Amino acid sequence: MIRFDQVTKVYPRAAAGASALDNVSFRVARGEFVFLTGPSGAGKSTILKLLYMDERPTSGDVRVSGYNSHDIKRREIPLLRRRLGIVFQDFRLLEDRTAEQNVAFALEVIGTSRANIPGKVSRALTQVGLASKATALPKELSGGEQQRVAFARALVNDPFVLIADEPTGNLDERATRGIFQLLREINAAGTAVLMATHNLELVRSTDYRTIELNHGQIVFDSADAARVELEIE
Amino acid sequence: MNLAFRTALTAFRRAPLLSALSITTIAFSLFAFGLFGLVALNIRNALQRVEERVEIRAFVSDGTPLEQIAAASDEIAKYPEVLKVDVVTQDEALERARRELGEFKDVFEAGVLPASLDIRLKPGSRDPATVRTVVDRVRGYEFVDDVRYGEEWITQLYRLRNIAGVASIALGLAFAAVAVIIIGATIRMAVLSRSREISIMRLVGATDGFIRRPFLIEGSITGVLGGMLALVLTYLAMRALEQYLHLETAFFDRRVATLGVLFGALMGLLGSAVSVGRHLRKV
Repeated sequence: MIRFDQVTKVYPRAAAGASALDNVSFRVARGEFVFLTGPSGAGKSTILKLLYMDERPTSGDVRVSGYNSHDIKRREIPLLRRRLGIVFQDFRLLEDRTAEQNVAFALEVIGTSRANIPGKVSRALTQVGLASKATALPKELSGGEQQRVAFARALVNDPFVLIADEPTGNLDERATRGIFQLLREINAAGTAVLMATHNLELVRSTDYRTIELNHGQIVFDSADAARVELEIE
Repeated sequence: MNLAFRTALTAFRRAPLLSALSITTIAFSLFAFGLFGLVALNIRNALQRVEERVEIRAFVSDGTPLEQIAAASDEIAKYPEVLKVDVVTQDEALERARRELGEFKDVFEAGVLPASLDIRLKPGSRDPATVRTVVDRVRGYEFVDDVRYGEEWITQLYRLRNIAGVASIALGLAFAAVAVIIIGATIRMAVLSRSREISIMRLVGATDGFIRRPFLIEGSITGVLGGMLALVLTYLAMRALEQYLHLETAFFDRRVATLGVLFGALMGLLGSAVSVGRHLRKV
C-alpha cells in the first residue's frame, strides 16, 4: 500500500552533503498504525511530504496506492490526495468558516454533488465527536476541538490512510489523549494511520509499530525488531 | 449557482477593500487608455472632416464645348476612386467666387474665371498616391489647362494622420500593458491573501484548474466593473472638456464602449491568469 525503496531526499538549498532522508526503505501495510519518531530535522515531515507527493525523492521510489513518485503526473497528484487524509499540528482550518463549512470544503473542491455534502459532513463530525459544534467558528473552539474538525475534514472522503504530522503538538495532555483515542478508533475502523510525533510517552503507551529516524536514516523499526525476536526464538 | 462563480462573488464580499482597490486601479488604467482613445478618436474625426474637403479641380481651356466637358465628366465619374464630378461653368465659377469672397465681388468680371471639373474622391482613395494617379489621368485631357489639388496640404494631412495612428497604437499598447501589470499585481494580492485557502485546497485534492477558476472569474468581473467605471470617468471628463473649453467632442459609440469593457474583462482575466499561474507553480 505504501512503499519507500532506498529513498534519498536532498533539498535544493541544503548544505552540501546534507540529506533530509538518506536511503530510507520501509513498507506500511493496509490498516496498519505506524508512529514516526525522532528529533526535529530527523526527516519525519519529509517522509509525510513524499507520501502526499508534495516533494519528490532525489533518488529511490515512493509508491502510494498504485502511484509511483517516479512517473506520477502533476495532474494525477490531486487524485492521489483525494485518497489520503492529512492533518497538521496547526490544524489549517479556514478561520472564517464554521466547523461544518470547513469539512464541506474538502468535498466541494473535489466536485462532490451538493446533495451528498450535508450527510457526509454530519457523519464525519459525528465520528470525531463534534456534531454539537457544527456551526461554531474555529475561534470559538478549543485546540483539541479544532484538531477534531481537521480530522473530520481529513476523514470525510474515506481515505485509506490518515497522515498526521504532529497532530497533538499544540494540545494539552487531556486533548492529546482525546485525539489519540480518536486516532485509535479511526484505525480500528480500517484506516491506516501514519503519525509523526515527538511525544514518546504516547508512543510507549501502545504496542503500535514505531519507526525512529535520526539524521535522515531509520535507526529503529519495531517491525524489524519483532522479526529478529521471532527469529531468535 | 456554479461553485467557482459563488467563490468569486464571496471573494468580493470577504475583501471589499481589496476588490474596490482592484476595480479602481483597473478603472484608472483604462481611464488613461480611454482618454487617449478619445483624443485619438477626435483627431481622427477632425481629420476625416478635413479629408472630406480633399478635392481635385481641373481647369478647362476657354472655348471648350460644354458637351466635350460633360463627356469627360462622365468618363471621370466612372474611375473607381471617384465619388462625384461636378462641372462648374465660367458663370458658376464667378458666382461661387462672389459668394465665397463677398468683399471682392466687384473685382470679378465675367470671363475672368475658367470653367472647371470639380472631382471628389471616395473615402479610402484620398491618400496622396491615389490623388496623384487621378490627377495624372485627368491631365491627359487636352482641354485641361491646369489641375490643382493642394499636393503639399494632402501630404501633410496624411503624415499627421499616420503619426496620430501610430501614436494611438503605441501608447494604447503601453497603457494596456501597464493595466495588465497592475491588474496582475492586485490579483496577486488577492491570491496571497487566500494562499492558506489555496494550500488547503491542494491538500484535499483540488485540481489546479479548480483552484484557478474562481480567480479568473474574479479577475474578469473586476475587469468589467473597472471598465465600466473607466467609461463613466471618460464620459465625465469629456463633458467637462466640452463645458469648460467649449470643445465639441465625440464619444465612443456603443460598439466601441462595449469593446472597451470587454477589453477590461480580458485584461482582468489575463492579469489573474498570470498571477494564479505563478502562485500555483510556486506552491
